[in-house]
Amino acid sequence: MSRRVLITGLSSYWGGRLAQELEKDEAVEVLIGVSTDDPSLPLERTEFVRVGTHHALLRRIVHAAEIDTVIDTRLIVDSATAPPRVAHEQNVIGTMNILAACGGPDSPVTKVVFKSSAHYYGCERDDPGFFTEEMRRPHPPRTRLESDIVEADDAVRGFAERNPKVTVTTLRFCNGLGPDLHNSHSRLLGLPAVPGILGFDPRYQFIHEDDIVGALHYAAKTELPGIYNAAPDGVLVLSEVASLLGKLYAPLLPPWGTSLGTAAAGLVGVKVPDEVRQQLRYGRGLDNRKLKQSGFRFGLTTRETVQAFAAAQRLKPLRESGEAPYRYEREVEEFLRWSPSVRRDE
Amino acid sequence: MKALEPPPDHRAHLPAIEPERQVTDWGRSERVEGFFDKTIYEFLYHYWFRVEVDGIEHVPSTGGALLVSNHSGALPPDASMIAKAIKTEHARPRNLHLTVEHFFKGYPGLSLLVSKLGGVPAHPANVHRLLHDEEELVLVFPEGAKGTEKLYKDRYRLQRFGRGGFVESAMKARAPIVPIALVGAEEAMPIFAHVRLLKKLTGLIYFPVIPAPGYLPAKFFIRFLEPIPTDQWGDEPWNDKGLVQTVAEEVRARIQEELYTMLAERKSVWLG
Repeated sequence: MSRRVLITGLSSYWGGRLAQELEKDEAVEVLIGVSTDDPSLPLERTEFVRVGTHHALLRRIVHAAEIDTVIDTRLIVDSATAPPRVAHEQNVIGTMNILAACGGPDSPVTKVVFKSSAHYYGCERDDPGFFTEEMRRPHPPRTRLESDIVEADDAVRGFAERNPKVTVTTLRFCNGLGPDLHNSHSRLLGLPAVPGILGFDPRYQFIHEDDIVGALHYAAKTELPGIYNAAPDGVLVLSEVASLLGKLYAPLLPPWGTSLGTAAAGLVGVKVPDEVRQQLRYGRGLDNRKLKQSGFRFGLTTRETVQAFAAAQRLKPLRESGEAPYRYEREVEEFLRWSPSVRRDE
Repeated sequence: MKALEPPPDHRAHLPAIEPERQVTDWGRSERVEGFFDKTIYEFLYHYWFRVEVDGIEHVPSTGGALLVSNHSGALPPDASMIAKAIKTEHARPRNLHLTVEHFFKGYPGLSLLVSKLGGVPAHPANVHRLLHDEEELVLVFPEGAKGTEKLYKDRYRLQRFGRGGFVESAMKARAPIVPIALVGAEEAMPIFAHVRLLKKLTGLIYFPVIPAPGYLPAKFFIRFLEPIPTDQWGDEPWNDKGLVQTVAEEVRARIQEELYTMLAERKSVWLG
């Protein structure tokens, strides 16, 4: 069955990677990406439309191109990457608008894939060792980012209930880690010693960037209604992560007054956002068996992900001088796609 | 413990074991535990408490089982001694997972150590995963802190057994309950009073007045009682709250009765 796919947040790393992946997929007939910024990765046949999350405009695109699959990869899951206002705008308002664009009785959309986050569950003392999909967090969200994610995730669930004809897949990803991924955790693990909170050794799962893309792709091509935790096998404690990286585990943050400690760390350039601070204290584990039962296979375990990250870290000083980063030039891209002068292999 | 429906059966999809790992998915460290086991526990078990074990055959060799014991002592030595007893005396030595209060996960230092030694927060989902999915031995103290904080004058008097959450967990996992009566821990580190101010200041669950900074050399007796199968009451017996309470009460009564018998037989606190 051929698919007509719309990716939101094409300029994000996930949007770009997923688009590259879907371009290779024969079953994907039409591939359209939207975002307010230029794509950050080179793409061959993806059509880029510069539009935010304005629902009326999105709706016109969806109807005009008769989109059947919408993949939403925009969610901001790391408060160090965006100011709170922007994150709220993206996560809550953006999600609402995209769902509004997909809904309605005459909508051609039959499938929505939503990239959510394990921050939905939060990080608390009273947490179970492994969160399953139907569990709710034991306490209300503590940070702005977490409450935004909960709101977005709940909005998607509400959409699924109101639109029984649409297959809605929510993937709740644990912390991502990979050579090309830049987030708070990759920065912390990239330091000469792995920082932690004195007296705590939190449990962590890290999913490799390729597995994130793989899970999104899998959700796009298979019938997978419902909510799924996407976290690889293996829960490591942070000290074990540090030893896999060949680094020292340095629990330098004080157990009491930790927020003051992270503020002080921020002054010397080590940014520890609130949600990461919670994780450094209590850690988190997700039960991934529902996704595995559905047939998806993770490429790497948490341990292998950390090892891959360690290898990339070692290579980094050698590789950095390499090729120039990709820059999107609309005229060039349009010429390559549409000009009759360009030779295309049939 | 909160009521929780059993999750669908995902046993076949448990993560594979990576042999190079130092710490299990629960945060348990073979190395740290082994170190404690070979040094402190070894010494306490054989020379300090001179533990005598009875009925070890009641601990099943395979499958999940919920071990239920009385709980006492300011820094309770009972859990580690029961774990050691199973490792030392059982025909097929097995690891024991002890459920601990959520408090331990939140307290610096303890959070790090307790999980390394095999402590798991007493969340019903954790107990279910261990008992049903991973088919492990789990030790619970239904008295909780009520057992450990009680004063010396209340020794060997079992406190209320929670809300029977442990029975529900065993029923959902269809795992037998093995009651354990343990004599000696009350005298090893008795509590004479509580200092409320220090408790507040340190944020601990209690701050007791104890006679010595370490364990007193009381003689330990551990008796494993006959298992109570939990698959004898048909489908979904956990919905029958009356039955859950009855079973919890029965387990409590059995342990209490056994404690009285053992205390009556005991001639000396220190020599047994």
